[in-house]
Amino acid sequence: MNNLSASAVEEIASRHQAVFKRPFVERWRAPFIGLVIIAYLFFAWSLFGIGEAFRNGNWNIAGNYLADWVSYEARPDIEYDGDYLDVEFPRFSPLGKNPDPAWLKKTTEIVEREVVVDAGAGIGTETSTRSKVNSFMVPGAPGTQEGGTDSAASSFMAPGTEKPVEDDNTAPETRTVSESVVTRVEIAVGSAKVEIVPRQVSVDYRGETLLIDVVPEQSVTARAELPEWASQREAGGDILMRFGFSGTVEVESDEVKVRHRFFGWENFWFDTRSPFWGKSFSEVVGLVFSGDRIDPAKSNAALAWNNILYNAEWQHADVWIKLLQTIVMAFVGTLFATILAFPLSFIAARNITPNRLVNQLFKRAFDFLRCVDMLIWALFFTRAFGPGPLAGISAIFFTDTGTLGKLYSEALENIDDRQREGIRSVGAAPVLVQRYGVVPQVLPVFASQSLYFWESNTRSATIIGAVGAGGIGLKLWEAMRTNADWENVAYMVVLILATVFIFDNISNAIRSRLMGRDRSES
Amino acid sequence: MSTAIPSVQRSAEGRLVERHWQEMLFKRRLYTWGGIFGLAVILAASLWFANETNAGKFFDRLPHFFDFIGDLIPRSGAEIWRAMFDLPSPYADGSLKYNYPDGRFYLTENIYVPEYVYKMIETINIALVATLIGFTFGFLLCFLAARNLTTRRWLRFFVRRFMELLRAFPEIVIAGFFLAILSLGPIPAVIAVAIHTIGALGKMFFEVVENADMRPEEGLRASGGNWVERVWFGIVPQVMPNFLSYALLRFKINVRASTIIGAVGGGGIGETLRLSISRGHEAKTLAIIILLFATIVAVDQISAHLRKRLVGNQAFEFGRGG
Repeated sequence: MNNLSASAVEEIASRHQAVFKRPFVERWRAPFIGLVIIAYLFFAWSLFGIGEAFRNGNWNIAGNYLADWVSYEARPDIEYDGDYLDVEFPRFSPLGKNPDPAWLKKTTEIVEREVVVDAGAGIGTETSTRSKVNSFMVPGAPGTQEGGTDSAASSFMAPGTEKPVEDDNTAPETRTVSESVVTRVEIAVGSAKVEIVPRQVSVDYRGETLLIDVVPEQSVTARAELPEWASQREAGGDILMRFGFSGTVEVESDEVKVRHRFFGWENFWFDTRSPFWGKSFSEVVGLVFSGDRIDPAKSNAALAWNNILYNAEWQHADVWIKLLQTIVMAFVGTLFATILAFPLSFIAARNITPNRLVNQLFKRAFDFLRCVDMLIWALFFTRAFGPGPLAGISAIFFTDTGTLGKLYSEALENIDDRQREGIRSVGAAPVLVQRYGVVPQVLPVFASQSLYFWESNTRSATIIGAVGAGGIGLKLWEAMRTNADWENVAYMVVLILATVFIFDNISNAIRSRLMGRDRSES
Repeated sequence: MSTAIPSVQRSAEGRLVERHWQEMLFKRRLYTWGGIFGLAVILAASLWFANETNAGKFFDRLPHFFDFIGDLIPRSGAEIWRAMFDLPSPYADGSLKYNYPDGRFYLTENIYVPEYVYKMIETINIALVATLIGFTFGFLLCFLAARNLTTRRWLRFFVRRFMELLRAFPEIVIAGFFLAILSLGPIPAVIAVAIHTIGALGKMFFEVVENADMRPEEGLRASGGNWVERVWFGIVPQVMPNFLSYALLRFKINVRASTIIGAVGGGGIGETLRLSISRGHEAKTLAIIILLFATIVAVDQISAHLRKRLVGNQAFEFGRGG
């Protein structure tokens, strides 16, 4: 390359004018189009307010939502109860009723408490012998001053009872009971160790130890500077600690909120109300095949199957029915469209029906069906049939009759006319001419196009379902609306992907057999 | 039709051939009728199932099949145009129902864009931006998925599976997810449609690339061009018309897709249409449908025309879901 002299370069350039001296328009067309596109994208950026939307986006939540796809959270709250702690799980915890997980260790103590029994109203009030603090009243709260017998304090009691006050053990009737209370909770959230005792929380994470003092109902203060995994919005306010995927712990002035995340789909087979819940696979198998009947009305196998189908959290039966609806919608809609479009396309094809007016009429009808979108048909038929697969079938049927009719009539117009002539020359009736002269030529093409639309409709049936036309679309949409059931969304997505994959392959296999060539290559 | 001419006397070989042919014919017919029978059984079962799980039963609701036409008859023909162009209506009774000028989108003091036209433009823009994004990423990915340009099998495999995933992932889930994060607006729709477009265009693109003429690439390889140079100067010029043509096809599809996504909460004309139908406002519904119909026909025609100019009369009407 470097050996070329200047004259040789000139000479090459003059020989290939078309390459080296292109017209101005041709030369700058591509960059100009590029510039226009970039300018347009800037316009779109401002039109849609993309920058602002992304800034205001809730990205923290996005991480949680994404994590919800494949994991679940256990959410115990540890409340300060005077000198003791209360561990509470939400009512519908994935861990079932009264959970006692291994990662949450409680240290309990037996204490004697004096229970104040009011004979009249039968309402008990507790006072502890270990502490002067009435467990109902929190120090610093209004109405708990020494000897405070004002009405604010008596609002704790039932009306008409005499109010027990600190250092005042002259309450009507007291009884001393022993009960076990939690004095200390240790929680392992991933690699973090959280230790909670009344008025103090200590956290060990990544080799750092954070000590937090809590003044109940008042303030939360860290003893040292906060490490980077902890944050506090204002002095004395709640401290939020993030432990990556494992979860978060938020220390508040009246409780500690723990969000401990676990990988997997919880209670996928049996929900917490099921007798099979929490049992290992072998235990369930053992029960199903040899155990005594749990429910005398039916066998264990039937009970287990029933529990799986009607799992409250995953709703397997409903999801499967909806998925089947989607499949049925695509199948029946495309099949009907094929059956109707087949004869109509013969009328619309110029070379088969030599009547221009009729041709045009049918072609415009196809265009109409096609261009009134599937969405519009879906919305109308949802009103006609009510929500459900019939609306979806009709919508797909109407749209695809148009599309397939157009494609079919185009294919018919491109056929080889000699075969028809041959059949006609031996004196066959018009119908037979079509049957033996036309159909064998176009049938593989027709079938292949229908299969293609079947496949594509399996996908689009999901989305028209969301406007009420039946199928899994609506279920997906409802699961997403709540923003709490992303694992159900993930489950349905997996099912949809599997369905699409299976039907793609079936349709591809049939198509490649019909067209006589191998289309598949990974 | 009649299968043989029986009167002809055949030799032994001839009879063998005849018998063999008869057997094949029988087998073929068996398959055909068996297939049709199987299809009919599946169809009947499907129809039964669809009817059972539908909210209304088919035969009960059949008389209402054309009810929607009743939903499309406005109080007067002129109402449609008033609704479409946001002109004041004589039926205005102070409620929002006939207050068409309320939706006007003012560009300046006096010039306004009617509400539905504005929404339509928004939907077209969603489709356009999504197509541009999809084109860009599909373009970048397709060369990695083509057998003739990427020799590493694992890379090809990975890129193809990735594009398949993008294609098959339900758009509605992507839209719903971003709706949860970004709140209402057209952006979730753009992202959802764009992601699907990347997968769909990528697949079409790499099929084009695999059919490209490799001689320019070979020439560049001989003169020491690296991979990027070979692709950029050897392959891109010859596949570009096809790429653009596919992109135009996709744009046409995306206009429909963004309308549908709009109807499930992505903004644009789809949402307006759904609301109008559910509120039973005939004139508005009809105005939107006419607008939508006109737009789709126009986009179809423009895209078909441009494609014809780009690649001649190649018939690839195929492909909607892709």
